[in-house]
Amino acid sequence: MGTLKSKINIMILTQKKGSLILGSSGFLLLLSSLFFSPQDELLLLVASMLMMVSGSLLYFKKVYGSSLAGIKNDGVWFNALTAKGIWGWALGIALTGFYVAIYWFPEVLGFNPNGTSTGLVQVFDPLSYALNGNAATQWFLYGTLYTTAILLFGVKFIWKYRHNRYQIIRTISVMFFQLCFAFLIPEILGKLNPETPYFAKDLKNMWPLNYYFLDQWHLKNMLNSGNLGLFFLTFGLALMFIISPILTYFYGKRWYCSWVCGCGALAETAGDPFRQLSSKKISVWKFERWMIHVVLVFISVTTIAVLWSFLSSNSTMSWFSREQFIGGIVIFILVVMALLFFWKTGALSKDAKYSLLSLGIILIAVLSIQAFSGEKNILFINSYKLQKWYGFGIGAAFSGVLGVGFYPILGSRVWCRFGCPMAAILGLQQRLLSRFRITTNGGQCISCGNCSTYCEMGIDVRAYAQRGENIVRSSCVGCGICSAVCPRGVLKLENDRLENRINSENYPLGNTL
Amino acid sequence: MSKNTPKKSIIIIGNGISGITAARHIRKQSDHTITIISEETPYFFSRTALMYVYMGHMRFEHTQPYENDFWEKNKINLRSERVTQVVNKKQILEFESGATLAYDILIIASGSKPNKLGWPGQDLKAVQGLYHKKDLDTLESWSPTIQSATLVGGGLIGIELAEMLHSRGKKVHFLVRESSFWNKVLPPEESEMINQHIRAHGIDLQLETELKAIESNEEGRAKVVITHKGDRIESQWVGLTVGVTPNIDFLKNSDLALGRGVKVNSYLETNLPNIYAIGDCAEQMEPVSGRRSIEAVWYTGRMMGETLAQTVVGKKTKYAPGHWFNSAKFFDIEYQTYGNVSIEPNPEEEHHLFWKHSNKNQSIRLSFNPTTLELLGCISMGIRLRHSIFDQWLTDKEPMDRVIQYFNQANFDPEFYPTYEKELSLEWELSKAKLIL
Repeated sequence: MGTLKSKINIMILTQKKGSLILGSSGFLLLLSSLFFSPQDELLLLVASMLMMVSGSLLYFKKVYGSSLAGIKNDGVWFNALTAKGIWGWALGIALTGFYVAIYWFPEVLGFNPNGTSTGLVQVFDPLSYALNGNAATQWFLYGTLYTTAILLFGVKFIWKYRHNRYQIIRTISVMFFQLCFAFLIPEILGKLNPETPYFAKDLKNMWPLNYYFLDQWHLKNMLNSGNLGLFFLTFGLALMFIISPILTYFYGKRWYCSWVCGCGALAETAGDPFRQLSSKKISVWKFERWMIHVVLVFISVTTIAVLWSFLSSNSTMSWFSREQFIGGIVIFILVVMALLFFWKTGALSKDAKYSLLSLGIILIAVLSIQAFSGEKNILFINSYKLQKWYGFGIGAAFSGVLGVGFYPILGSRVWCRFGCPMAAILGLQQRLLSRFRITTNGGQCISCGNCSTYCEMGIDVRAYAQRGENIVRSSCVGCGICSAVCPRGVLKLENDRLENRINSENYPLGNTL
Repeated sequence: MSKNTPKKSIIIIGNGISGITAARHIRKQSDHTITIISEETPYFFSRTALMYVYMGHMRFEHTQPYENDFWEKNKINLRSERVTQVVNKKQILEFESGATLAYDILIIASGSKPNKLGWPGQDLKAVQGLYHKKDLDTLESWSPTIQSATLVGGGLIGIELAEMLHSRGKKVHFLVRESSFWNKVLPPEESEMINQHIRAHGIDLQLETELKAIESNEEGRAKVVITHKGDRIESQWVGLTVGVTPNIDFLKNSDLALGRGVKVNSYLETNLPNIYAIGDCAEQMEPVSGRRSIEAVWYTGRMMGETLAQTVVGKKTKYAPGHWFNSAKFFDIEYQTYGNVSIEPNPEEEHHLFWKHSNKNQSIRLSFNPTTLELLGCISMGIRLRHSIFDQWLTDKEPMDRVIQYFNQANFDPEFYPTYEKELSLEWELSKAKLIL
C-alpha cells in the first residue's frame, strides 16, 4: 500500500512538473515574439495561449483537485515565491519591468504609433481586429493579458476555495465584470461606433478610479458621441452620486472593491498568493490613513480645477456656468460637513474629524480657485499640468508599477490600500454610514492570527476579534478570507442595522463580569 | 478610582493567555508595577497557533497578538528568567540566574506540560509532546529526517500534530486508546465522522491501540514503536499527546498547597495571602458545578485572568464563568459547542436532537430536558453558530420549539452557504412525535 501511495505521489509530481513545463513553454513562445517577428501571428497567439491556459489549468487541477476541500495555506511561508524569496523578487522585477514598458516604452513591446506594430503587440492584431476592428496597441495587449490572468487565476481561486460559496460567487462576479464590462463590451462598442471619438466605455470604471473621466478631452469626446456618449456620462455621474452611495450603505464597499472592480479582480485572483505580505503594523495603518486622505484631497481639487477650466473655455457645452458649478460644489461640501458635524460622535468622532479636515481643505481650495484663478491657471498652476502629474504619479506609477509590480513584495492590495481615491471615498462611507461589518462571534477567538495574516488590506483583524469587537474599518474590501481561514468560526461578514455596529465592550462574551 | 491606591509590585509567572490577560486588565485599571516572568519566549504568543507555524500558514511572529513595543508603552515589564523558588516569607522569587525579585502580589500562571505515562523509551531522542515553543523548535529540527511518525493519544493536540506532520508529507500513524476519536467528549456519531475524516486524509488511525514501548536506534533516537498488540511501526519521531499536567514542579519546595495543580478557592486565591493562581496550572477546590477542577482551555485561562485583575485592583471578584463553550478544528471540520451535551445522557434528564447532512461532514446536536423541553446545549460539526444567541438561549432556558423556530438567528456560516434549518426543523417534529408516543 505504501508503495502504491508513493507511486501515486510521484505520478502527481511528474504531472505537476509536466503541466508547469507546458504552461511556461507557452509563455516563452509568446515572449519569443519580442525577439523574432512572428510569421503567422494568429498561429502563435492561439498556440501560446492554448499552451498557457491548458498548462495552468492542469497544474491547478493537480495542486487542488487531488486533496480534500478546505483551507490550502500549507507551506505559504516556506515558498520562495509567496514568502518574498528569490522567486518573489524575480517576479516582482519582471512585472515592474512589464509595467514600465507598457506605460513609458511601448516600443519595446513592438508598438508603433505611426504604422504597423511588430513583436508582442503584433501577435495580438488578429484578436484586436476581430473585437474592435483596429490593429492592436500596447493597451489592447495589456487588457487581453490582464483579463486572461483574472480568468485563469479566478478558476484557480474557485478550485482553492471550492468549499466556500461566498468565495465562489464573488470570484465569478469579478471574472464576469472584467470579461464583459471591462474587456468585451468596450471593444465591441468601439467597433460598432467607429466614428465617435475615444472615451472610456467601461461602465463600472467610475470617477475617481477613472481619474480622467471629468477631464476636458474626455468630457468633450463623450458630449460629441451622441446618445452613447451621453449615456456613459449620465451613467457615470449616477454611479458616483446615487448608485454607489446606496449600494455602499447596504453592502459596504465590497460591492465594488471585491465584487466588481478590475483592480480588485486582479488582486483577488492573480494576487491571491501574495495577500499575506501586506503589513499589519500600526505605524503602517497610520500612514495609510494620511495617505488616502491626501490622495482624496488631491484628486478632488484637481478634478474640480480641471472642470473649472473646462467650463471657463467651453461655456457653450454646458447648461451651467463655472460660478454656478463652484457654488454647487461648495454647497455640497457644506451639507456633507454639517451632517458629519452634527451626526457622528462617539466611536466615530475621530474618523469624522479626519473627514471634516479633508473636506475643509477641499473647500478652501475650491474657494481659492474661484478667487485667485484665471481660465487655465489654477492658483498659478496650470490645471492640466496638475492633472498630468496625477496621471503620471498616481494613475501610472502608483496603481500600475507599484500596485501590481510589487504584488510579490508588498502584497496584492497596495494600490487599493494607500492610493485608490475610489476606495478612500467608499471607505469613508463604509466606516461612517453603512450596514456592513464583520461580526466577531462572542468569545470564541483564540488569537491565532490567521485572519490578520491573510488580510490583504493589512487590517489587524485579530486585534478586534480577540476583544470580542466587530470589525468596522474603512479599508476592509469584504473579501471574506479572514472568515474563511478562521479555524474557530469567529468571523462573519454581515449587513445589519446601524445600532451597535461598533461594539466596544470590556470583556468578550463568556465571563460573568 | 483605584489608580490612587498605593502602588504595588505585581509579579506574574508565565506569559500565556491567562497571565497576559490579567496583566492587561490590571494595567487598564491601576498604576501598579507589573512584571511578567517567562522562560519560554520574550513576547506573548498564541499557543494554539503553533501548529500553523509548522504548517507554513504563518511565521512565528504572526502568532504574537501585540507588537513588541506594546509592553513598554503599557508599562508592563517583561523578564526572561526561570523561577526556581518562591520564598513567601520574604516575598521574593529566586531565579536560576541567581537573581531575586520581590513582590507584593504574585500571580502564578505557569501553564501545563505534556504528560508522560512511564512508557519504556519515552525519554529517547525524537520523542516529545507539543506544548511549548521549544517543543515546536525541537520538532522542526527533527523534521527533515522524519519519514514516518507515530502519535500516541487521541486528543486535540494529537489530531493537530497529525495534521501538521501530514501537511509536510510525513506518513502518520495515530494510536488512540479509545474505540473512537475523542469519544469522551464527542458523541458517537460526531466521533465517527472525525474517524472517517482522519482516514480520508490518509492518516493511519489505529483505534483501541496503546503504546507498549519505543525502541531506539544506535544513536538513541526513536526508531520503532511497539503497540500493545505487538505491532511494530517504523517511526523516526514519536509524539506523546496523552493530555497535559499543571506545570508546577518549581513550587514543590514552597509553602503553597498543591494537588495536581496549585489549589485555589473560587476567588483564585491560594493558601498563601497575596499569591494567586490562574489558567492551566490552577486547581479549583470547589469547581463551578458541572465543571472540572482543572480546565486547560484557552477561554477559561482568559476568563480567570479577567476575573483576577478585578480582585487585584481592589474589586474582589469570584471566578464565575458563564455558560460553557469551546471550539476546535479537526483537519477541515470545524467544531463548536455551547452548554452541556453528555455523551451518555440520563434519559430522564437529557434527550438529544441530532441532524446530520446526508453526504457532507455537517451535523447539529441539541440537548434538551425531555420534560421541560428547555435547551441544555449544542454540538455542531462543520457549521458555525452564533455564540451570543446560544448564550442567551441557555440563560433564558429557551424551549426547543422556539430554538428551532428561530434557529436561523444562530446561523453564523458565511453568506450564501446552503441552509439546514428546514431539515433540522423536520427532524425536531419527528422526534417530538416520538417523545409524545
